[in-house]
Amino acid sequence: MPRIVVDVMPKPEILDPQGKAIAGALPRIGLTGFAGVRQGKRFELTVDGDVTEEVLEQARHAATTLLSNPVIEDVTRVEVLEEDAQ
Amino acid sequence: MTTSNIETPLIGGPQPVASNNEDSPLNGVKVGVVTFPGSLDDRDAVRAVRLAGGSAIHLWHGDHSLQDVDAVIIPGGFSYGDYLRAGAISRFAPLMEQITEAASGGADALPVLGICNGFQVLTEAHLLPGSMIKNNDLHFICRDQRLRVENADTFWTSEYAQGEELVIPLKNQDGQFVADNYTLDELEGEGRVVFRYVGGNPNGSRRDIAGISNAAGNVVGLMPHPEHAVEAGFGPDSSARGEVEVRGGTDGLGIFTSVLKKLVG
Repeated sequence: MPRIVVDVMPKPEILDPQGKAIAGALPRIGLTGFAGVRQGKRFELTVDGDVTEEVLEQARHAATTLLSNPVIEDVTRVEVLEEDAQ
Repeated sequence: MTTSNIETPLIGGPQPVASNNEDSPLNGVKVGVVTFPGSLDDRDAVRAVRLAGGSAIHLWHGDHSLQDVDAVIIPGGFSYGDYLRAGAISRFAPLMEQITEAASGGADALPVLGICNGFQVLTEAHLLPGSMIKNNDLHFICRDQRLRVENADTFWTSEYAQGEELVIPLKNQDGQFVADNYTLDELEGEGRVVFRYVGGNPNGSRRDIAGISNAAGNVVGLMPHPEHAVEAGFGPDSSARGEVEVRGGTDGLGIFTSVLKKLVG
């Protein structure tokens, strides 16, 4: 069944305490090549049938009303997973 | 004593807790306390309302009726497990739709107080601006916190003096209040910062904000817990009002007497 993926990331200007903690942990396991980390969320919405434009619009609506809080987060992706699209 | 005034004690034997004064007009004020799956402090809030002299009504998140209550408290806890984001799923509960509508009215809009997770629910419901993110240091914080009442003119703070300080418990993981600078300036300019942290910012909240109100002033949210500082023997070890005995702090009680007295007029 096709899946629509929704990515949500903390807004750039919002301090991301989780990302900061992960960035602090990387050097402790010997990985020093990264200047920063930001932690977001990925949602997969499974569709029973074809992904019509209407279904995609519902996914966009879900992304902006429930899956993200526009005060602190941006929706960075709403699209059908390529591996499912056939 | 009526059945509605009997409340199981938090600890100890079954001693009924009555309102302070059965004949008081405050007793006629009905304050609803909403229980969501994952609410933890709903019974504490009910108890606080009764200790302040009012009548508390249990409200269930899945119901569609506010049961003619005069005010609503959205208590602390972890509604829906805080899955997705703190307060995000609660916003769409049937009762929240009723509350949002009633709280958005004009001059006689429903007074609503959100405590901790309740504050988070109110921001998600867009009844209050801004949002809450994880505490700066990622720790769950639990301590007695000093606050200053920055606006003693709301439904929930009128029993305090402007600038008065309180000590009430703070306990949360996602307590860092954030909003853009335009919103923060608007909150400051309109006197809508209701409580500010004193003696150190515990979680990185913008401008030391601990509680805010909406533009009409009937909706207030705050992170620390006044309902845990209403009864000597069960409160914080300190008070901003001077020396207290161990667990004797009751600085939070004024929040609940404020709304009762305001509603009685």
